Amino acid sequence: MITFSQVSKRYSGGFEALKNVSFDINEGEMVFVSGHSGAGKSTLLNLIAAIERPNSGSIIVKGQNVASLKKGALPYLRRNLGLIFQDHKLLFDRSVFDNVMLPLKICGFDHRESAKRARSALDKVGLLQREKANPVALSGGEQQRLCIARAIVNRPAILLADEPTGNLDTDYANDIMGIFNSFHQVGVTLLIATHDQSTCKQSKARVLTLKHGELQP
Amino acid sequence: MINWFAQHVRVLVSTLRRLFSTPVSSLLNILVIGIALSLPAGMYLLLQNVQGLADQLTGTPQLSVFLSMDASKDDVARIGKQLQQNVGIGRTEFVSREQALEQLKRSTGLADVIGGLTQNPLPDAYVVYPKISEAQALETLRDELKKLGKVDLVQLDSAWAHKLEALLKLGRMAVLILAALLSVALLAVTFNTIRLQILTHREEIEVSRLIGATNAFIRRPFLHLGLLQGLLGGVAAWLIITISITLLNHSLAGLAQLYASNFILHTLSAGDSLSLLLFSAYLGWVGAWLSVAQHLRGAT
Repeated sequence: MITFSQVSKRYSGGFEALKNVSFDINEGEMVFVSGHSGAGKSTLLNLIAAIERPNSGSIIVKGQNVASLKKGALPYLRRNLGLIFQDHKLLFDRSVFDNVMLPLKICGFDHRESAKRARSALDKVGLLQREKANPVALSGGEQQRLCIARAIVNRPAILLADEPTGNLDTDYANDIMGIFNSFHQVGVTLLIATHDQSTCKQSKARVLTLKHGELQP
Repeated sequence: MINWFAQHVRVLVSTLRRLFSTPVSSLLNILVIGIALSLPAGMYLLLQNVQGLADQLTGTPQLSVFLSMDASKDDVARIGKQLQQNVGIGRTEFVSREQALEQLKRSTGLADVIGGLTQNPLPDAYVVYPKISEAQALETLRDELKKLGKVDLVQLDSAWAHKLEALLKLGRMAVLILAALLSVALLAVTFNTIRLQILTHREEIEVSRLIGATNAFIRRPFLHLGLLQGLLGGVAAWLIITISITLLNHSLAGLAQLYASNFILHTLSAGDSLSLLLFSAYLGWVGAWLSVAQHLRGAT
């Protein structure tokens, strides 16, 4: 599903975020990317979504080389991905419900069908009761769950999560991991970046460990 | 079909909501556009009115052929015959010096002054209605008539109308330049408004791009906004012109009465009104397009 071959990413200024990274993720697999902050986890996820481009190497996502994708093709790549951001990137000028509606609007879905899907996504993360609220009024854990609802409303085949449990207490973190496990069970490919070793150990999933931009064996 | 219609209604509603979310600045923008457009459009309209007047006057060109004071009855008859034989002339009308004096007495209220004259200072004259109307040919005809003998002066009555025509041409050029300059100003106004809108919606744009929005999707609401703002600016310009013309006609009515004329200013025709609205809407659209394009070029 996702294949990295000898991928390197160097930022202007000389900092090397990723050095010669190669790995494979199969369809339906759940994989953790772990490492201390600055190890290159976020860069790795950003490269998959083509938010950043590598300096060398190839990144194959669903049979497409993302590294050489044309600008015009990017939106269609991203519609196949569910992105869960570290800083949530929620829109505070609209309700919880409208936040989840945005990806469907972008894809041009029929309004009534979209509303149905949005409510079902909110239901999956347990936020259906709060659909009319403004995201500002939500707690940190609820905001994270809203971000997940927005990522899955399109029913993407691949879910990329950057520090989804980053600054949540254990109860909330377990909640979120439970939600991810349920997606894993229905065949979604998941890639979760986390600096939290305990989350990785609890799960039986494969762990890719990054250290100073290099993949540890 | 219903879905398509519903989508457009939704876009229109959300565009209106954006416009009304900042009512004061939207209103000011619309006014700026309206005033800027009403200047060239109003000038164009005034020129059109003057043009209409000029057309009326130059529609029937005339030549007045004044004979010498010492022309005899035979001379008058000879010249009359020669005028009738000229192929360029349709109709002639003889005005004897006595008739001319009568007319002068009647039309200008100078009866007392004229009554005090010991002799008639006016010559015999022919009013000539030529078949041709081109300025060049009329001037040739005038030179020809001058050579008839015992002819003192040939006056081409439409000469001033040609001068007016030349002035109008100049005026039209000025309007064109003004319109071009103000169009650029309007583009700048729209560009800037849309840029501000983009800045307030920056997060939405960023998130939308991250979750798969195409450039077209991001552009759409701003294009709608530019189009709508331009259109409303056009409506404002139309109102400014129509109200001004109505007010001017009010004061003109009194003036026209003094001159026993029923001259009124015509307002914009349906076609011109439509052109004005379409043009301003188009300018708004282009301004918005440029603004979004500039923003998108900077983003990844």
